[in-house]
Amino acid sequence: MMKMSKTLTHTLIAAGLLGSVAADALAQANEQFIGLPSYRVGAYAAGGSGIYGGWIDYMSLVNERDGGINGVKLTWEECETEYNNARGVECYERMKKKGSTGNTVFQPLSTGITYSVLDKVAADKIPMVTIGYGRTDAADGRVFPWVFPMITTYWSQATTMVKYIGSKEGGPDKLKGKKIAYLYHDSAFGKEGIAVLEKQAQKYGFTFVPLAVAHPGNEQQSQWLKIRQEKPDWVILWGWGVMNPTALKAAAKTGFPREKMVGVWWSGAEEDTIPAGDAAKGYTAAGFNVAGQNFPVVKAIQDKVYKANKGNMEDKSRVGSIYYNRGVVHGIITVEAIRTAQAKFGKKPLSGEEMRWGLEHLNIDAKRLKELGAEGFMPDMKITCSDHEGSGKVKYQQWDGRQWKSASDWIDADSEMVRPMIEESAAKYAKEKNITPRDCSKEG
Amino acid sequence: MQFFLEVLIGGLLSGVMYSFVALGFVLIYKASGVFNFAQGAMVFAAALTFVGILEHGVPFWLAFVLAFGVMVLLGALTERIVLRPLVNQPPITLFMATIGLTYVIEGLAQGVWGASVRGLELGIQDEPIEWLMDAANIGVSKFDLFGSGVAALLVALLALFFQHTRIGRALRAVADDHQAALSIGIPLQNIWRIVWAVAGFVALVAGLIWGARNGVSFSLTFTALKALPVLILGGFTSIPGAIVGGLIIGSTEKLAEVYLGEYVGGGIDSWFPYVMALAFLLIRPEGLFGEKHIDRV
Repeated sequence: MMKMSKTLTHTLIAAGLLGSVAADALAQANEQFIGLPSYRVGAYAAGGSGIYGGWIDYMSLVNERDGGINGVKLTWEECETEYNNARGVECYERMKKKGSTGNTVFQPLSTGITYSVLDKVAADKIPMVTIGYGRTDAADGRVFPWVFPMITTYWSQATTMVKYIGSKEGGPDKLKGKKIAYLYHDSAFGKEGIAVLEKQAQKYGFTFVPLAVAHPGNEQQSQWLKIRQEKPDWVILWGWGVMNPTALKAAAKTGFPREKMVGVWWSGAEEDTIPAGDAAKGYTAAGFNVAGQNFPVVKAIQDKVYKANKGNMEDKSRVGSIYYNRGVVHGIITVEAIRTAQAKFGKKPLSGEEMRWGLEHLNIDAKRLKELGAEGFMPDMKITCSDHEGSGKVKYQQWDGRQWKSASDWIDADSEMVRPMIEESAAKYAKEKNITPRDCSKEG
Repeated sequence: MQFFLEVLIGGLLSGVMYSFVALGFVLIYKASGVFNFAQGAMVFAAALTFVGILEHGVPFWLAFVLAFGVMVLLGALTERIVLRPLVNQPPITLFMATIGLTYVIEGLAQGVWGASVRGLELGIQDEPIEWLMDAANIGVSKFDLFGSGVAALLVALLALFFQHTRIGRALRAVADDHQAALSIGIPLQNIWRIVWAVAGFVALVAGLIWGARNGVSFSLTFTALKALPVLILGGFTSIPGAIVGGLIIGSTEKLAEVYLGEYVGGGIDSWFPYVMALAFLLIRPEGLFGEKHIDRV
């Protein structure tokens, strides 16, 4: 009797284990895995924690409110890169086989990591989305089928900066004879704007003065003394991290008006202005998303995620900040691309190739933005086989000492100038790497 | 000429800021022969702790005292957990241990207080002095002048401490010869604890000055990069050397960036001080004020 009961116990345990394994496999079969190569410690932790926090919160919202995407739940796992290229590659490798279909999309939030895995993503057939960073010429989808520098690139942004400055001067024709200094982080990222701004200077007749700031940019006295000597009408700040508050403080120190400073979107977050204190008041920066909590999508996150104590942000006051909302934009694009791909391939977890198709057919128009509760939150966009940028629009916001306030509408890039530059650069890359560009007329 | 003067004055004042961080290195090296790689992390941790306490509504001076208390505790723990087990190990071992300590301090500080970037106001505006600007068109920052004043005060206090107190004399004795100091009954471990606490105090002051200048963020750890050429130039064991080295590095890097930068693509102020320090090393390996090391063969 005792032996029989022991056997029964063992059988029940085995059945239970088998059952739970089977249930786990079934659950995994209906889950879409997203690998998140985040950075929450180190020099850029403030930006990383905000962006990845917003992104995770949006995916939690989709799971909590909608039960996933057409019944497919989103799952994710973070891998700490510390914004370090080697660690980024390690995270890429570690995550690529996770989930029932592997990591479906890779978004490293680092230009360095982007370059490090550029060839790998094509070989592994995992699309890489680089919103607001990475290689600008990857916007030519014929040469870079696996890379998506979405919404707007650095080159597009630079042309909108000139348009914005022109509008403040009373029209583009008023730029003639003006002087614009370009204070940039002395790195590949910082140099990205130079070529297109030089072309803009020729087109509009302004003088362009580039001034390099060595990494990390926590000392800029020499550059600002040169600015005092050059007496530019405007300063474009193309910085990252500590370089930004240091520049704003140095501008105040040399008496340069902050109202005449325009920042790149990596110089335009609360993390850049709050440390600068009063020195940041009046400063304007570019963005492909806006700040604020008064958007239905952010309110929904607060209602459905934070009220259920499932929010990702430790500091809840950061919900609605520039970086947080940028993370929500990443979430929206990821989810909408999955939704688009599901419409073609079925309501199931997708492979990297299927996800790539979804990204390449992504169309978030004004109507869809409204449905998502993101009207005015980000620009509308439409990705195609040849155009992996999809929008080019940029909005400017001004820091009033406490928060960012809208300072412009969405400004279109000078695509007549930028697109040929992208195609020229991509063609050069294709030649170097022996890539035959895709014929988009034959793509489905 | 007026512009040259402005660049020079600005550079000298910046140099004093570098000296703040260099002082912390000098103190520990002087008393223990350890090159403390974690000094930059200590600056960051001290400033972050101060701001973190301040955010809880604690008054400024109490927050300062509490943050100093945390730095003293950190120094004592470092002595107990890191240094004591490594007594009599080669200097390179102690140096490697401080590299590990850097990561521990950075991670711990961010773990406790969070990774958010914070602002810090000390009530001194970082603006040019108006009358000087009006009279000579030379911009000299009020904040940089304030920082220089604090540095002068700090150096004076440290000099008094080293020259005129029993602990100071004991510190100097330990710095001269560990074995000899031990043989006359100077407690080495107490001395190390004290010197790490003093270095923690210097890190706190440096953190507040740099934090008020650029914000309290992880980038405060990078201030150590600015202090290294100052140390090479001024000598690792000299407090006046840290100040003079800072002044030389600050002024020459600014003059080089402004007058030579455009010929080599700009942004040279990150490496120029190192080149200059290397050139000095060739002439005076012990630095301007460092102790000449003579070995009996």
